[in-house]
Amino acid sequence: MDLFSNLSLGFATAASPENLLFCLIGVILGTLIGVLPGIGATATIAMLLPITFQLEPVSSLIMLAGIYYGAQYGGSTTAILINMPGESSSAVTAIDGYQLARQGKAGTALAVAALGSFFAGTVATVLVAVFAPPLTVIALKFGAAEYFALMLLGLVSAIALAHGSILKALAMVVLGLLLGVVGTDIYTGTPRFTFGITAFADGLSFVALAVGLFGVAEILRNLEGEQDRTILGAKLGSLFPSKADLKAMVAPMLRGTALGSAFGILPGGGAVLASFASYTMEKRLSAHPEEFGKGAIAGVAGPESANNAGAQTSFIPLLTLGIPANPVMALMVGAMIIQGIVPGPNVATDQPALFWGIIASMWIGNLMLIVLNLPLIGVWVKLLKVPYHVLFPIIMAFCSIGVYSVNSNVYDLYAVAGFGLLGYILLKLRCEPAPLLLGFVLGPLLEENLRRAMILGRGDPTVFLTRPISATLLALTVIVLVVVLMPSVGKKRAEVFTESD
Amino acid sequence: MGSINRADLAAGLVFVIIGAVFGLTSLGLDMGSTLRMGPGYFPMLLSVLLVLLGGAICFNSFRQMHIAVEPYAWRGMVFILGAPVFFGLTVRGLGFVPSIFLTTLLAAFAGLKLRPLQAALLAVAVTLFCTLVFSIALGLPFRRFGPWLSVVGV
Repeated sequence: MDLFSNLSLGFATAASPENLLFCLIGVILGTLIGVLPGIGATATIAMLLPITFQLEPVSSLIMLAGIYYGAQYGGSTTAILINMPGESSSAVTAIDGYQLARQGKAGTALAVAALGSFFAGTVATVLVAVFAPPLTVIALKFGAAEYFALMLLGLVSAIALAHGSILKALAMVVLGLLLGVVGTDIYTGTPRFTFGITAFADGLSFVALAVGLFGVAEILRNLEGEQDRTILGAKLGSLFPSKADLKAMVAPMLRGTALGSAFGILPGGGAVLASFASYTMEKRLSAHPEEFGKGAIAGVAGPESANNAGAQTSFIPLLTLGIPANPVMALMVGAMIIQGIVPGPNVATDQPALFWGIIASMWIGNLMLIVLNLPLIGVWVKLLKVPYHVLFPIIMAFCSIGVYSVNSNVYDLYAVAGFGLLGYILLKLRCEPAPLLLGFVLGPLLEENLRRAMILGRGDPTVFLTRPISATLLALTVIVLVVVLMPSVGKKRAEVFTESD
Repeated sequence: MGSINRADLAAGLVFVIIGAVFGLTSLGLDMGSTLRMGPGYFPMLLSVLLVLLGGAICFNSFRQMHIAVEPYAWRGMVFILGAPVFFGLTVRGLGFVPSIFLTTLLAAFAGLKLRPLQAALLAVAVTLFCTLVFSIALGLPFRRFGPWLSVVGV
């Protein structure tokens, strides 16, 4: 089996001392920001992108991936201990996890969350390893028309899974696409929308956009109402779950993992939706649904497994097709491009060490997280006490340095302020920033493939419909769009997301 | 009925305006043909789409419940947005060390909870940390003290 030789190559790459170190740094940073309020994985990865340019491509991607799943772990810690999810995907964990903590079983809840996450992470890593290679084979057969159709499908499904109004999310995607085309036209060399500023000729800075939209805008929103958080004073209790607890968590963990793995591949907030779906499912299947909301173990184990599995499998579309499933994956695309790697099916064949190294590092990272989180939980709890008004000046300093160090361009700093303002206004107008970032990343690719497909099809737009794969993908796109715009589905969506807020 | 969702109305208008600006600018670019699309073709398509979507959002806003918009963080906007701009304006002239100190201090004033002395201490700590990590350990090519200071004679 190729799988084993591939995986051993991966583990050999990921287990080199320096890659282990960067993986460790990544998961520690990830846990840190997952625990700290007001700064998410997206903003942190955006801020740290410039620093990782100095590293080898493998090391930098391993570290960034570590931040991502580390944040999922850290987010559940705050969800359980202070009923405030550090990441949106742990919002569900807060429901029953916090109740368990109030009953003096915080330790159990944390252990169940960590074990569930670890199990899900392990299974999902294997799934990535098994399914990624055959998908790259299919992806290699894709032409311009197929890529265009696939990206369209990706963007539309991302909207379907986003919060809030569909129309607004669509408009945000289009706005992102438009911002993405700013810069020099690749075919003719004509500058577009640069308003005479030569600094914008290479396009708007991706790092500035991400930091502005996800970092600065979020700080502004948090400054509206400065509040102090109350941390549960109660003791953690035993970290080791009892036999009864273990028994109660096995089935939800298995179901959560399966659900999460499937949702993670879908574009959009896969991990978030997976944890909600898992919670709903566990409540339906439970013999004691009345326990949910009052500290049910299944209500922690299921969603935690689901969101971690989802976080992991969202790497599949990135590694095989080069198409990001969520904002963090969009940042990974940015990181790969800056490192000179074109994300897509060729990565697996051209750079096997990189491809398999990242996959292997996911498992190693998950192992580190469980070792890091359970014994060191006391340290993380102390960090929860850092007040927000101390944090945001530090975040702003790091943002400024990070953005400036990309290419020592002061215009990028002005762009951060501009995007921060735009992001804040859009947040106030209840427009989610995630679709905009996805659009921004995919904008140039979408345009290039559209133009190439039209040239190959001799200017006949039916080229998208006569090729079977492209036609299928476009049909799926239309179906998704019609389904989400149906009033009855809209109502259901609204219900799911109100629960989450 | 009869009420207006102002947030949606404003959002729709923002999209229409941005779409219109991009659309009008695209007019100055070569459209090309469907066979060989020029630099203006794709942006024009998107601009029209954005204006239409913005219009639809505006239209829908007249049939929805009114949702109150929370107050804006004006103080935060001034200091938080000012911080990276200030860093951009001064990092070359003042140099990295004084610039990051003042940037952190500026950002700290966005909140009301930190007293001036605490803010200054925080800024000193951040400056020390950043200088050690970014300038010395990572070796990023920043000038630590810039030309403006040598003119003054420090």
